[in-house]
Amino acid sequence: MRYSGFSVIKEALTGHKGWRPAWREPDPQPHYDIVIIGGGGHGLATAYYLAKEFRQHRIAVLEKGWIGGGNVGRNTTIIRSNYMLDGNEPFYEFSLKLWEGLEQDFNYNAMVSQRGILNLIHSDAQRDAFIRRGNAMILNGADAELLSRDQVRREYPFLNFNDARFPIQGGLAQRRGGTVRHDAVAWGYARGADQLGVDIIQNCEVTGFRIENGKCMGVETSRGFIGAGKVGVAVAGSSSRVMAMAGMRLPIESHVLQAFVTEGLKPVLPGVITFGAGHFYCSQSDKGGLVFGGDIDGYNSYAQRGNLPVIEDVAEGGMALFPGLGRVRLLRVWGGIMDMSMDGSPIIDRTHIDGLYFNGGWCYGGFKATPASGWCFAHLLATDQPHPTATAYRFDRFERGYMIDEKGMGAQPNLH
Amino acid sequence: MIINHPLLGPCDAQEFVYKGDLRLIDRPDGMAESAEAAFLDYLYLRENPAGAHRELWFHEQGDRSWLVVTRNTVTHEILKVELARDVARSMGRSR
Repeated sequence: MRYSGFSVIKEALTGHKGWRPAWREPDPQPHYDIVIIGGGGHGLATAYYLAKEFRQHRIAVLEKGWIGGGNVGRNTTIIRSNYMLDGNEPFYEFSLKLWEGLEQDFNYNAMVSQRGILNLIHSDAQRDAFIRRGNAMILNGADAELLSRDQVRREYPFLNFNDARFPIQGGLAQRRGGTVRHDAVAWGYARGADQLGVDIIQNCEVTGFRIENGKCMGVETSRGFIGAGKVGVAVAGSSSRVMAMAGMRLPIESHVLQAFVTEGLKPVLPGVITFGAGHFYCSQSDKGGLVFGGDIDGYNSYAQRGNLPVIEDVAEGGMALFPGLGRVRLLRVWGGIMDMSMDGSPIIDRTHIDGLYFNGGWCYGGFKATPASGWCFAHLLATDQPHPTATAYRFDRFERGYMIDEKGMGAQPNLH
Repeated sequence: MIINHPLLGPCDAQEFVYKGDLRLIDRPDGMAESAEAAFLDYLYLRENPAGAHRELWFHEQGDRSWLVVTRNTVTHEILKVELARDVARSMGRSR
């Protein structure tokens, strides 16, 4: 059924008895043209765009647990396209444009809210760097606006403007940035894909690849062998574990990133703010909780929970920027596993095995990339050619010296 | 996490800087024929296991020693702590 204002009113008047499950629960068939491993945001978006934009048929998404139970349900829901480098900015701007039309496209309320993101400036050098980044964004068709200290103060009067060590000197705003209801992204893509005939198979863990003569013939799963013309892997967080089953080692380490939410408050924070002197970013959910986060813990981890020192560090960053936070109680802290790549940028590429394709290495920027990641991966799977905005996300960029290192940190994943 | 330093006893992991996989000790020979491939492997590719992981920690806020910590990446349990010096010697890295 198609959701609309009319359907909501009709169901309200008839006791909400007409709603149907948003997607089917099919049993796996013995063979598909394309199998996507990973029922998270990226995997579901890939399946959706494969069916809708690239007219592919016989597609399945295999998910070990339940769809949307991984990082798409664990992030801080921010969307933006404020990158600088040529390999990145067109891709993230493509993603932001897809976010802007997403709800109408898949007929699902994902609560896309373009409330704006503001990166604060605390030093002259940082202002120079942000002006440069803003210009790079504008050159790539994104929006960027440099705000003075007084302009920031008018919009965010409660920030700490008296901090002698890290004075707020202005900010780089992207008005089209904002937040999205993260779970609804997974659900919307799942429903959209399902309606186009994609089989979404939950509780189906991939336990191996069947590779014959350098070609991937399908996947072994906890529900038996599933043959496939092409296999796409979109399991960021567990990429190394899954690709190890195909005998590959990746330029990726898994790290844990923690996120936080406070008790619900009345509306206090109109947009997304980021602290430029420490690592702290914050927005307010529509339910009222302040959602925030900071650095990764910094050591290899698959634990989906972090440790106290980072919680303390994030809280200190928050207090330095936003002293009013001091009386707010923290409601929940959780962790998600990040594919930290060696240059801080993702990979969407073919592998050396025929019919096996990879999408991962999203570091902690995967959520905002969901629509473009799905679209570009679908493009690669359907046409065997990279999408024009994703040509830089290759496996061999490390070998060839074409790293996309936004922060200039080198091959040390915990610094990106 | 508490790292049980072989010389100093239990220390908070906050005193340390994390470097990564133990294999970073084993720097390839830059003069070898296969140096290019060996350095690609050394610099960029990782096993990244879920489970026991041998890794380098630097005691920056302490005695500035390098340690090899064997840690379970799924539970964060620390299984074994050794001086990196000893490990490197046992690998034949020291002359």
